[in-house]
Amino acid sequence: VTDHVKWLIVIGVSVVALAATALVGLVAWQQYQARQSTASAAAIISADDWAVGARIVFRNTAPGEGYGRVASVPLDDPAGARAVTEVACDRVDATTDEFSCLRTERSIVPTYSATLYANDGVALQTWPLPGIPSRTRLSDDGTRIATTSFVTGHSYAAIGFSTETVINADDGESFGNLENWAFVVEGAESAPADRNFWGVTFIDDAAFYATAGLATTGGTYLVKGDIASLTLSTVAEDVECPSLSPDGSRIAFKSKTGGTGPITHWTPAVMDLGTGEIVPLPESRNVDDQIEWLDDDTILYGMPRAGQEGDYDVWMLSADGTAQPEIFMEHAWSPSVVRP
Amino acid sequence: LYISLSNTPERGDGSAPSVPRGRAARTVSSTVISLGIVSLLTDVSSESVAAILPLYITGVLGLSTIAFGFLDGLNQGVSALVRIGGGYMSDRYDQPKWVAFTGYALAAVARAGLLFASGAAALTAVITADRIGKGIRTAPRDALICAASAPEILGRSFGVHRTLDNLGAAVGPLLAFFILLLIPDGFHTVFVASLAFAVIGVVVLGVLVPNLRTRTRTNTDPTGAADSVQPKRRLHWAAVTAGPMRRVLAAAGILGLLTVGDGFVYLVLQARSDFAALWFPLMYVGTNVAFLALAIPLGRLSDRIGRARVYVFGHVSLLAVYLVAAMPIADVAATVVCLVLLGAFYASTDGVLAALASQLTSRETRGTGIAAAQTVVALTRFGAAAGFGLLWFAVGPETSMYIVAGLLVVAIPLATAILWPCLSVTRPLDEAAHPDDDEEGSGS
Repeated sequence: VTDHVKWLIVIGVSVVALAATALVGLVAWQQYQARQSTASAAAIISADDWAVGARIVFRNTAPGEGYGRVASVPLDDPAGARAVTEVACDRVDATTDEFSCLRTERSIVPTYSATLYANDGVALQTWPLPGIPSRTRLSDDGTRIATTSFVTGHSYAAIGFSTETVINADDGESFGNLENWAFVVEGAESAPADRNFWGVTFIDDAAFYATAGLATTGGTYLVKGDIASLTLSTVAEDVECPSLSPDGSRIAFKSKTGGTGPITHWTPAVMDLGTGEIVPLPESRNVDDQIEWLDDDTILYGMPRAGQEGDYDVWMLSADGTAQPEIFMEHAWSPSVVRP
Repeated sequence: LYISLSNTPERGDGSAPSVPRGRAARTVSSTVISLGIVSLLTDVSSESVAAILPLYITGVLGLSTIAFGFLDGLNQGVSALVRIGGGYMSDRYDQPKWVAFTGYALAAVARAGLLFASGAAALTAVITADRIGKGIRTAPRDALICAASAPEILGRSFGVHRTLDNLGAAVGPLLAFFILLLIPDGFHTVFVASLAFAVIGVVVLGVLVPNLRTRTRTNTDPTGAADSVQPKRRLHWAAVTAGPMRRVLAAAGILGLLTVGDGFVYLVLQARSDFAALWFPLMYVGTNVAFLALAIPLGRLSDRIGRARVYVFGHVSLLAVYLVAAMPIADVAATVVCLVLLGAFYASTDGVLAALASQLTSRETRGTGIAAAQTVVALTRFGAAAGFGLLWFAVGPETSMYIVAGLLVVAIPLATAILWPCLSVTRPLDEAAHPDDDEEGSGS
């Protein structure tokens, strides 16, 4: 084969490969544009009074206009028309007057941030995040904001560090990364090198529950955090991503029921804080979300919508394990129940 | 950090196809450029996917990426071990090009798999195949660079290759994020682009890179095209682990144990400086840019003053990184200085180690020698990261940095002493031994 022929082969393959890529990109771009300009797959109403009354605040994932933005529906009509705001978030949690928003700032190289918004859309505080948003929770009085992000801005930086969970106050003060807090394991102060914390759920503005994970063994603890003393103490084992019930008596969480590493299978479960009794819930699918309580009897969680990348549904399940899961809201993610 | 630890230098005796020996050899071989372009294309391919994978996993698949971080660590280990195998196969069958080709092709096949993978399990398989491919190809690829380069400019040749390599690593994520900027849900377009670049890279390697052999030929055809190779013989590990190579492996191991990884440096900076916190996701880009800017100058320097010297003293740059990171300076300059020094550290150790290993091994054991050095570095650095993690939580970030810096202050002179006999060698040892070969440059 002569040099001439060799170059022809290289150029030919390059042209075909790059042209095919351009074609795929063009089609994807057109499809994206078409989706953006089509009406939302969910009914939308004016957002003027989006934050009044008992409501669900969530991330709208209905394809079409308003995709990815914070929205609300009345608590008694979750399938009803949505009031969609202008604020886009990956994760959201809301109280009566404000909401916490974690987002990926799209640009030629993305950055990540957490913002506390007043309901009128005014940003009250903003913090940079070191990586992709994972979880956020507000205390009921709105003065404490917890954020969890993955410290993997780039996969090569991933080794040894995976999550960063920070507690901030609404006045801008920070209580810092939970990894720097005192960690008490079964009564004894400890500092395992591979500890990681994620999934905060507030008890009040002074205390919270969260997950402590040990990367090496894959084991997890339910920990109770005390903000005044910056101390985390273990409460129970194998409880991940806790969510405290409105009456404060139970923890809903992800229970590891199979697999390991990236193919772990999690099933929702509920633990009674008084007795330690655990009720596994009848959900056969893998649930990788921080659960939200609709009321003292029902939990909510997001699931990817089958066959529709980037779209999710919120499912509901009876907290005593007596009923099968059913869809609570279509095209929604990161639900937050607000009762003024 | 993503820096590839696996590169091998080659010296040009006998097997150098197109490069005249001696003073005339001032130009980097076209084969080295071609291999650099193959690496550039392959890095565009792999880094574009690596950059968006966490977003894809969390945003589209709705999974936590925590477990993937662990997987990445595991794969680094697998990759290091496969690397030795790749180097050995390359030597055993004297087919560095086709062993490297296998590695590149495997990665391309993994990219095709990405188009159809939808769940976590499928993604895991694809990522693992990609890593194994990287492990296989690195040492034979570096052996080819060596075979194509005159020994006097080996450091420079590796510098050119690493520059192109890192250019790909810098462009890949930008390309991916650019696609996502145009098409916010365009992950599949990124996967298709990644496959396209991988395929072009494989074709460039298969078609444009000559099938250089590293083994001595009975025929002395200077173009290296001849296939008359000495009968295959079993590789003797002693050739790699004895003599000067033993010194290199020991020094690389000691220094590797004190190379704790950029992730920690970034975290120290991030915890103290608002600027660093804001730019945390981009720090690796800064390091990469410094690396690619300095790879050629430091490679050339290694040709002049000795590869071992540049390799060892590159760790002074690392020492400075630890000190600047640990000192209570919370401003932009400290962050920028750290990133530039880290880039300088990689530029003076990555390709230079490969050049050093290749000049100290025989042609028959070059692939294995390079792979051995790179594997030692990869494994000790992995151990360093794990050990430093323990130290970090025991005594705190700043104190740990000072401790490692203190140990490095001892280790650098120690490594210098170990490497003393080959410190300023810029020519292959076995060549320098030939009486007719004394015209320039071996150790002064």
